[in-house]
Amino acid sequence: MTNNPPFVLQQFSDKQMDLLKEVGNIGSGHAATALSTLLNRKIEMKVPNVEFVTFEEMFDLAGGAENKIVGLFLRVDGEAAGNMFCLLSVDQAQIIAKEMLQQQGFPFEGLHHEMSKSLLQELGNILSGSYLAAIADLTNLSLYPTVPSISIDMAGAIISHGLLELSTASDVAIVVNTSLHEVDETSSIFNGDIILLLDSSSFSQLFQALDVRGKCETC
Amino acid sequence: MLEIVKVGIADLNIVKAPQLIRTSGLGSCVGVVLYDEEKKVAGLVHVMLPDSALAKANMLNPAKFADTGIQELLVQLAKNGARRSKLKAKIAGGAQMFQFESGRDLIRIGSRNIEAVKQELRSLEINLIAEDIGGNNGRTIEFNPDDSSLMIRTVNKSIKYI
Repeated sequence: MTNNPPFVLQQFSDKQMDLLKEVGNIGSGHAATALSTLLNRKIEMKVPNVEFVTFEEMFDLAGGAENKIVGLFLRVDGEAAGNMFCLLSVDQAQIIAKEMLQQQGFPFEGLHHEMSKSLLQELGNILSGSYLAAIADLTNLSLYPTVPSISIDMAGAIISHGLLELSTASDVAIVVNTSLHEVDETSSIFNGDIILLLDSSSFSQLFQALDVRGKCETC
Repeated sequence: MLEIVKVGIADLNIVKAPQLIRTSGLGSCVGVVLYDEEKKVAGLVHVMLPDSALAKANMLNPAKFADTGIQELLVQLAKNGARRSKLKAKIAGGAQMFQFESGRDLIRIGSRNIEAVKQELRSLEINLIAEDIGGNNGRTIEFNPDDSSLMIRTVNKSIKYI
């Protein structure tokens, strides 16, 4: 009904898009390694996807606004501030919580049980921590992630929380999205997405930091 | 044939009976329905943020904010035959999806959105007939202008009407 075209924050050059892809690559590569060690399984990542999307298209990445998912959310403060999500399907979250609890000799009492939630939060902590540590190393920027919070609810309700900050400056989001999954797909214990949503004010700092590090010649 | 008009996030639209109007996955966002009961015309706006003064850029979509969103809805309703003086409101949403200790500005956004919507309705002298707000769960809502009922569905609870 509102006929205004979406207001786009800024257009990035191909080079800048490649840099963001590299950030996703390095971050999720480290996250995959950490997850691999934790689960003692081979974990693989898909090539990161970096694109401008409308908020509605963001929900589609998670199966649509109404789709029930497990979302781990954390805020990143510091020199490249933003939001981060680890998103899992309900089935995947159930499988991984059950497996990890039973490994430790605890019973699995459902996804909504405090033990399952706390375990998934810790999983989010490990994934995001390794992702962000790798980015901090790459860029020399200070990043201060909060501890992840968990919500099991509609994708729209979960993801919109991470869009608030950037929605004050833009009608679209630039999303750095990577999928991690187990190599042996027959026993797939993990298949999830890590999504990085930088604040609009963080990009110039990030590009500059990568430039200083010799990762970017012309941006 | 039952036609359901969908409204996305930071979006608005108008329907006339027998059409229904729906928005999905409200978290901290607030769904505001304004309707003319007798004319059976209704508008729905899916508000993300409390105040257009928060905008850091011009030209942002008006449906994103409580103040500009409700004002734009009034304009569209008038164009579609709703009478300004007969308009009533039902609202839902404004949850807090994640629990945090720090006092960041945008974290209590759900309750700030509710406050801003109510303030805007008060200043426009539109009666708020029913609400389903707050809590920490998402909502999908659907309004039927034929009987002025607002259906609310959550992930874990059953459907209810207000």
